[in-house]
Amino acid sequence: MIEGNSKIPSTDNERPATRYLKLSGLEPLIVTPESNFVNVGERTNVAGSKKFLRLIKEEKFEEALDVARDQVENGAQIIDINMDDGLIDGKEAMVKFLNLVIAEPDISRVPIMIDSSKWEIIEAGLQVVQGKCVVNSISLKEGEAEFIHHAKLIKRYGAAVIVMAFDETGQADNYERRIEISKRSYDVLVNKVGFAPEDIIFDLNIFPVATGMDEHKLNALDFIRATKWVRENLPYCSVSGGVSNVSFSFRGNNPVREAMHSVFLYHAIKAGMNMGIVNPTMLEIYDDIPKDLLEMVEDVILNRRDDATERLLDFAESVIGKAKESKIDLSWREEPLQDRITRALVKGIDQYIVEDVEAARLSVDKPIEVIEGHLMTGMNVVGDLFGSGKMFLPQVVKSARVMKKAVAHLLPYIEEEKLKNPQEGDDQGNGKILMATVKGDVHDIGKNIVSVVLACNNYEIVDLGVMVPPEKIIAEAIAHNVDAIGLSGLITPSLDEMVHLAKEMERQNFKVPLLIGGATTSKAHTAVKIDPQYKNAVVHVNDASRAVTVVGDLLQKETSTAYKASVKTDYEEFRKQFAKRGKHKEYRTLSEARKNKFKIDWDIATIVKPNQQGIQVLEDFELRKLEDFIDWTPFFRSWELHGKYPDILTDDIVGEQATELFGDARKMLQQIFDEKWLKAKAVFGLFQANTINDDDIEVVSGENTIIFRTLRQQLKKRDGVPNTALSDFIAPKESGPVDYMGFFCVSTGFGTDEVSEKYRKDLDDYNSIMVKALADRLAEAFAEYLHKQVRTEHWGYASNEDLTKEDLIKEAYKGIRPAPGYPACPDHLEKLTIWKLLGVKEKIGVELTDSLAMWPAASVSGYYFGNPEARYFGLGKIKEDQVKDFADRKGISFEEAAKWLAPNIADD
Amino acid sequence: MKNIKEILQERILVLDGAMGTMLQRYKFTEADFRGERFKDWKSPLQGNNDLLSLTQPEAIADVHRKYFEAGADIVETNTFSSTTIAMADYHMEELVYELNFESARIAKMVADEFTAKEPDKPRFVAGSIGPTNKTASMSPDVNDPGFRAISFDELRIAYKQQIEALLDGGADILLVETVFDTLNAKAALFAIEEVKEERNIDVPIMVSGTITDASGRTLSGQTAEAFLISISHIPILSVGFNCALGANQLVPHLEVLSNKTDYAVSAHPNAGLPNAFGEYDETPEQMAGQIKEYMEKGLVNIVGGCCGTTPEHITAIAELVKDYDPRSLVVAG
Repeated sequence: MIEGNSKIPSTDNERPATRYLKLSGLEPLIVTPESNFVNVGERTNVAGSKKFLRLIKEEKFEEALDVARDQVENGAQIIDINMDDGLIDGKEAMVKFLNLVIAEPDISRVPIMIDSSKWEIIEAGLQVVQGKCVVNSISLKEGEAEFIHHAKLIKRYGAAVIVMAFDETGQADNYERRIEISKRSYDVLVNKVGFAPEDIIFDLNIFPVATGMDEHKLNALDFIRATKWVRENLPYCSVSGGVSNVSFSFRGNNPVREAMHSVFLYHAIKAGMNMGIVNPTMLEIYDDIPKDLLEMVEDVILNRRDDATERLLDFAESVIGKAKESKIDLSWREEPLQDRITRALVKGIDQYIVEDVEAARLSVDKPIEVIEGHLMTGMNVVGDLFGSGKMFLPQVVKSARVMKKAVAHLLPYIEEEKLKNPQEGDDQGNGKILMATVKGDVHDIGKNIVSVVLACNNYEIVDLGVMVPPEKIIAEAIAHNVDAIGLSGLITPSLDEMVHLAKEMERQNFKVPLLIGGATTSKAHTAVKIDPQYKNAVVHVNDASRAVTVVGDLLQKETSTAYKASVKTDYEEFRKQFAKRGKHKEYRTLSEARKNKFKIDWDIATIVKPNQQGIQVLEDFELRKLEDFIDWTPFFRSWELHGKYPDILTDDIVGEQATELFGDARKMLQQIFDEKWLKAKAVFGLFQANTINDDDIEVVSGENTIIFRTLRQQLKKRDGVPNTALSDFIAPKESGPVDYMGFFCVSTGFGTDEVSEKYRKDLDDYNSIMVKALADRLAEAFAEYLHKQVRTEHWGYASNEDLTKEDLIKEAYKGIRPAPGYPACPDHLEKLTIWKLLGVKEKIGVELTDSLAMWPAASVSGYYFGNPEARYFGLGKIKEDQVKDFADRKGISFEEAAKWLAPNIADD
Repeated sequence: MKNIKEILQERILVLDGAMGTMLQRYKFTEADFRGERFKDWKSPLQGNNDLLSLTQPEAIADVHRKYFEAGADIVETNTFSSTTIAMADYHMEELVYELNFESARIAKMVADEFTAKEPDKPRFVAGSIGPTNKTASMSPDVNDPGFRAISFDELRIAYKQQIEALLDGGADILLVETVFDTLNAKAALFAIEEVKEERNIDVPIMVSGTITDASGRTLSGQTAEAFLISISHIPILSVGFNCALGANQLVPHLEVLSNKTDYAVSAHPNAGLPNAFGEYDETPEQMAGQIKEYMEKGLVNIVGGCCGTTPEHITAIAELVKDYDPRSLVVAG
């Protein structure tokens, strides 16, 4: 049990005026019972701010000082400085940065919190600061002797100290431990070290709540109760903590986090917490929290009901993004017209653009001048910001939406003007660019993004859409007299289409540059396969931000010739290097590779018989069930925001943009659910199957037997590493036991094109692209969901599995679900086998194009392998002997097989 | 003999005036500075006032004597620059112990004479610890604000040596004075704490900062209150300000200290601001007239003079303070 109040040495009691925590920079900071909560700035912390870490690593101390200055200007009363990072010399960085801070009176006016887990860094910091600092932190973790030693030195250096609730046995994580450790620390400091009690600040450990774990339910409440105990029983000391921890499980949902911080602080401050690390921009005013949210947050913080977490989680879905909308600042509407137009474009606000453009039109002689003047001025700002990495793709697409609306308003006037003065008003854009997704391919998100970005930069776009046959591309290019052609494709057969088109362009004596983009394209393929086919410029451009520069360089008179020549040379050089590199690889013959197959001991292997064999169909599946299965990281990547979800939401560079995009995405997702924009369908089946002739799998479906062909790795690897084929994961027929295999196709794409087109007609590319990107995510989520159902129920070999969403993304499940066209089975031809076996087209309506792309695009198909040894692998390159063998087995010509397998055939 | 803390409860103590101003009256030549012992020293020594404790000890004792006669309770040792850091200018780092020891010994000898004559009015010796000529928290190079010409540890070691010698020579008090960079003072205080711990002694400490100009801040940028907070972490006898300003200009800053601290408050201002020739021409009467305001407002417990003050100034001050109660101190024992 904890004893009562700690005693202060009696002589000290006679100096009441000094019994407040007093700190100093160039100016004093005195914390009295009447003081407001003391806010500690935390951005100058390499452990907490990626931006600050980068600045310190790159020795950009000027900018690092700006970070410190901003914090002080924004009201930080103390600045926490931390240099604990494995890649920097923390002691040197601490001293250097502090010396520079001290030289800046507008920063060093506030006291400094020297934050490190290393004593030598703390001591080095204490030796360079004249004011009274706070040391963050010491604890009983390493025992009392070290604690006393450090406390004594801190006292002698003249600093206050944060004491962590931590002792030899660990960190305090409940009420009793918090008060036990605080009391012991306090008594040691006051009685053995003679430390002034007012210079002691306890950090009682703020841990997250609403994590879904029962043992975390009391985290906030225990902190608050312990704070109260400490302030009542340990005279004159303070209580601090890092507030954002409490809402950790709601990362990405700022409205809820802000409310949680306010509620937590409201109660913690009442209990006596008087300082802490709080991001002032992440704090809602307590009284402004909507009543329903407030109640649910308080239920969680104070652990008032058993289902508090679930209720808040449910509610959280609905509040995402709302808070921001309520705080729109309209003062910019008072600014001059050009500023308003520029702002609307930069911020992507389309609400007032027609009004402003109309005002602009009335102020000029000819309507075209609004485009050339007002709008281009604004778009140039957008272009500069995007080019310098200060704006991100989703924002630019929103800008384009505003631009399109503005132009649409002006068009009738421009047409009218043209009738009056026919010789004038012709387009004087930067150039005209044809964009198309090649024949057989239906994927167009990337192409649409590049189109929008180019359009923003005053290029006229002729967009031919998806599945465009080469004849049409050639004909339209001639008809529109375009200045460049951009081709896009996602699946591997599209690569061949691009080669084919390059040949055609050469044959028809084209001169315009050819741009290549899309997920499956690469500089290697472009340089090695496409570039040699066309004498003029071919450039691989895989992100929208580069597209503008590349097209600019290609089309501007001044740069064109030189740039084209340099690209040609670059690709030629690349081909040479590529050829050299290829030769170092050694391959096994197919028969050697088969001898070195992936071995499973079928005598002892457990084969689980599926609970339900045969084909099943899911129609009109409830999309909402997929929400938890969405892997968001690729969604951000499709918008060229790179980083892992959910960390990307708080990333220093793209975090704000990612959060906004995520908010928009979540909003549309709810609409998709509520208004049933999309239809989800699936067909899948589990069958008896056995491997025959090493690489083929014989699948028995009722009366029919279908042979499914696999491909085998041939690259020669070190001893003991097998040459795997998918067939290795199924028991060979001759080994005895009957084995099983599954096939599936899911789609969430029905309805996507209609919604997307509707937005496009509304000149809203942003949402037009958004719905496609979300449909893709839902399809992947559906595949994930269905795989789980199959593992745990329909097949049932993993009925006890209990995996989190993160585990699923990390593919921690048993068994695999490879998809044709992906690394383990790059051959798209086997999709035909799946379609035949399951009757995909007849049952759910998903079709295959000439290039074997699935339509709708938001579809996933593949196989289920249930053996616990089955794993994902990449086929890599194969040799001609396997191509020939594969052709023979499938009964197709060598040439046809070679065409489909081309990307995987090793060059000799 | 009463301890100084007890005396502070009873009356305002008087500190001496300028040592330098008094020594100027002797018009010592280079040869006088050198004396017999340093006649072949490699660098010029004129102006090294601290050295006079070794080469002209009679003069030093005489100045102390004049101040005690004028009514001072405390005199400062002639050791303002007696650290290895400040003595480096004269290549006299090796002499630092001796300089401090001798200076303290001379002052103590004179103090004891007066205490013996007048046991009711014990006289004290404060070991003067100056700021050195280098700053630990400011860069001497405007183009390289992160640079420092001296480190905390270098200062701590130099101060420790000075402190040990002052105590060995008989100093009753340690006076960390003319603090224009608080970090330098903190290094001195750190060294004092080390010595106290090693020797298991207690010694009264006075800290006196310098507000350099009308900005009301120390040279290193701190306000009076920030300075106070920065040096209050170890028990001190008094905190105050000296130098740079005249008695008038110090009033608002002394008010801050007086209101914010439970330690005794000291002040030893200059005899006004220097005139166009760098001379201080405020008369004893003028200065005492201003210091009267301290008394009336109850701002100080210890008062004396800095640059430009003489035994005449101290006499005027000593006469003045007799009639006033000291600033009340909460601190006991």
